Amino acid sequence: MDWKRFFQRAHWDRDRLAEMESYVQIETDENVARGKSYEEALMAARRKFGNPTLAREEIYKMNTVTFVETFVHDLRYGLRMLRRAPMFTAAALLTLAIGIGANTAVFSVVNSVLFEPLHYPQPDQLIALRQLAPGAAGLANVSDGLKLSPSMYFTYAEQNRVFQSMGIWANGVANVSGLAEPEQVRAVGVSDGVLQALAVSPAVGRWFTAADQIPQAPKTVILSFGYWQHRLAGDRAAIGRIIHVDSVARQIVGVMPPGFRIQNTDFDLLAPLSFDRGKMILAGFGYHGIARLKAGVTLAQVNADMARMLPIWMDSWTNGPGSNPHFYEVWKITPAVRPLKDEVVGNIGDVLWVVMGTIGLVMLIACANVTNLLLVKTEARQQELAVRAAIGASWLRILGGLWVESLLLVAIGSILGLAIAYGGLRLLLAIGPANLPRLGEISLDERSLAFTAFVAVLSSLLFGLIPALKYAGPQILTALRSMGRTASASRERHRARNILVVAQVAMALILLVCAGLMIRTFEALRNVAPGFSAGSQLQTMRISIPASLIAEPERVARMQNEIADKLAAIPGVSSVGFASQVPMDGITTDWDMIHAQDKPNQGEVLPLRFYKFVAPGYFHAAGTQIVAGRDLTWNELYGHVPVVLVSENLARELWGSAAAATGKHIRRGGSMPWHEVVGVVQNVPENGVDEAAPAMVYWPTFLVDFTIRSITYVVRSPRAGSASFVNDVQQAVWSADANLPVASVQTMQDIYDQSLARTSFTMLILGIAGSMALVLGVVGIYGVISYAVAQRRREIGIRLALGAQQGQLQKMFVVSGLVLVGIGVALGVITATALTRLMSSLLFGISPLDPFTYAVVIAILGIAALLASYVPARRAARVDPLEVLKAE
Amino acid sequence: MLVLQTLLLGPAHGHTIAHAIERGSEEVLQVEHGSLYPALHRLEGRGWIASFWGTSDNNRKAKYYRLTPVGRKQLTVHATRWDQMVRAIGRIMKPATE
Repeated sequence: MDWKRFFQRAHWDRDRLAEMESYVQIETDENVARGKSYEEALMAARRKFGNPTLAREEIYKMNTVTFVETFVHDLRYGLRMLRRAPMFTAAALLTLAIGIGANTAVFSVVNSVLFEPLHYPQPDQLIALRQLAPGAAGLANVSDGLKLSPSMYFTYAEQNRVFQSMGIWANGVANVSGLAEPEQVRAVGVSDGVLQALAVSPAVGRWFTAADQIPQAPKTVILSFGYWQHRLAGDRAAIGRIIHVDSVARQIVGVMPPGFRIQNTDFDLLAPLSFDRGKMILAGFGYHGIARLKAGVTLAQVNADMARMLPIWMDSWTNGPGSNPHFYEVWKITPAVRPLKDEVVGNIGDVLWVVMGTIGLVMLIACANVTNLLLVKTEARQQELAVRAAIGASWLRILGGLWVESLLLVAIGSILGLAIAYGGLRLLLAIGPANLPRLGEISLDERSLAFTAFVAVLSSLLFGLIPALKYAGPQILTALRSMGRTASASRERHRARNILVVAQVAMALILLVCAGLMIRTFEALRNVAPGFSAGSQLQTMRISIPASLIAEPERVARMQNEIADKLAAIPGVSSVGFASQVPMDGITTDWDMIHAQDKPNQGEVLPLRFYKFVAPGYFHAAGTQIVAGRDLTWNELYGHVPVVLVSENLARELWGSAAAATGKHIRRGGSMPWHEVVGVVQNVPENGVDEAAPAMVYWPTFLVDFTIRSITYVVRSPRAGSASFVNDVQQAVWSADANLPVASVQTMQDIYDQSLARTSFTMLILGIAGSMALVLGVVGIYGVISYAVAQRRREIGIRLALGAQQGQLQKMFVVSGLVLVGIGVALGVITATALTRLMSSLLFGISPLDPFTYAVVIAILGIAALLASYVPARRAARVDPLEVLKAE
Repeated sequence: MLVLQTLLLGPAHGHTIAHAIERGSEEVLQVEHGSLYPALHRLEGRGWIASFWGTSDNNRKAKYYRLTPVGRKQLTVHATRWDQMVRAIGRIMKPATE
């Protein structure tokens, strides 16, 4: 193939034409010389030459690639057609752009969250060491299962046969001083093996080694890339520098590359966990386990290997003299490892699949609509197509032409769609749940673009070929016969459109039902008592007092009290309190076995109870109701009077009622004095309103030998959340001690909204998708009925002329519309009952077959459909018979 | 091949070539002269002949063709092959005279 000739084929054509003319001239000259008249000579010359067009065409074909040539032709023709029908084009483009845009945006999220959530080499080898403990009552409902203890880590790391490397880690916060103002940073403690398993080399410096976790070894720290850039200006000389982390001097030994996380956890600092093997006990289940498998090892083999090591673990360590090391057998600790990917994605995967499916359905509906538009348009062009076929176009050529037109439509639609996707992605990230992994890195990458192209071609096939096949087929010539006649449509002519409308209605119903279920779920969640009141007026912030700053527990308690007093003095503050955690903040609560004095332990294993530490006034400030008894007092706190509060569900479980609980005594472990239950607190859904409130014990923040050092303050004020108020709060804290960083400043409402983010996000997306589906569906019904009316104008005219009643005619069209809707609804309900079961994990408080939702959705669709068919039906009734028949 | 053979004598334009072939074959090969042009186009595309615009004997603008070195070589190749074929056919058709 000679491309130069291809692009210069017009030039060649002219050149050859001139040459052929030159032949005719010369031949004519010679004929004239032989004595013929000029006309005769010219005729003879032309006869001699033959058909010049044939020769030209032959040469032209030599110069061109037929496929490209036809394609370009069709493209130009298609553009002309689109320009000639601006309304149609605009409607189709808008529909496609929205559909494709939404799909691309959601796919981008799904792609980076579900398909490539881990940025580690060979991520398939990475697993999370999850363990279940069905025998540990109270713990069994914790979805994370039982975390690892340091002694488990040593056992697994040293005895396993399946890991290349394994380690444990835990995240928290740390106060850094010695760089700028004291600040609280996100810190992750890692054991030896974690970085090795993740296998991401440091950007600068080195990893931690086993030597770094020996308690006596020099203290070290690794920085995140962001923190290094931010605080040390990316200075390579920072390696070897000393910074103070929680007032401990640590040497910087490395910097991790940008984007590096431990699973999902973003951090500023990595510090080695330090374990003293001599003092290690069995308990302390506070660490996430992570491992890289040896090649070819299966998850089942890992579970088996860990199960083998658990008895070794219990034989190797103890919980102290007199305790039974094999006590944990009753917990039935069961290894249930899973790929790290699943751990990272978690239940957000369900949401994303539902969203992706939803948006896919919207795309299908959009395609159905465009198909309908194209069907109408192609039908109007039937005669044109017939003429083209009659003058020799092959039907494959016509088919190709029609397809190119839809391809053109979809190409322009895709470009617009990408713009929408770009904007949509920004929106999605703004409203998306905070637990979307790697939220900031989601972007339109080449895979998203490839997906867009795929969707575009697929949809152009879907809606381009249906009309094309229908009208460009070999039966095309029959169209010529009926040319100019407006015969009433046969049932068959409408079949394709009717099927599309039925499908649209069915899909719209499914989406609306899903959206309705999510709205009901959201409602149900809003109705759960959150355990606090008026969250938007509740400012929260977290303050940690490290032992290196204030050592004595008593002084820590006094300092916490003093800060509370300073906060209470801020203008507009009505009450202040503090506790080790606030509801739904995601900070893990401690747990242990709780003994009740009046229920002596008969040797059975006691269930585990969660517990928190609260200061007097916390419940009042937070708006948590005390349902029986009273709150703690400061005198009790400082005087170590052994008093405690419990949650209502715990009181009911142990003593039958809240009132019966007061005056009873409980304690944790053997050495603790019995604490009197002075109050019973309402149930608080600590893990989010969609999870049952756990049984909870509330200890005072200051006990005989212990004080809680990391606490969250709650400050009630109408000014909560405003910048000026946050500033006042910080000044108040610093006036007590200038070295204390204030962290996690947010209102209780923010925390609450975040815990609902997953539901509200799903609801929003489904709501948008559902409304889009409804609108598109209504447009579809409207289009089909009005087209039917337009097609049957002549018939209507005759009917009217023969005396048909207008009302009757109207009814005929409305009924035909409602029949379609009815079939669609029936199909939709059947499909929805099957599909909504898949989203039951996202629902709360209602069944996936909630009859109320179904009834409302069917009613909405029915009314919308009624309107959509009534409007065009009215037009039918207003047809003037005289005018129609004259036009024939 | 016939075109190439004609051009062996020197550059010529379409009209000349057409008539030369017709005469050379003693009017056996009577074709529409127009069909010559696609053939010329194809040969030029292969680079066997080259073209230039010139003036004909009777002062008309005409496109002249000449043989390129590649074309010359091709002519030899084809002529040889043709000869072989003709001889072979000849032997088959009149075996007795040999």
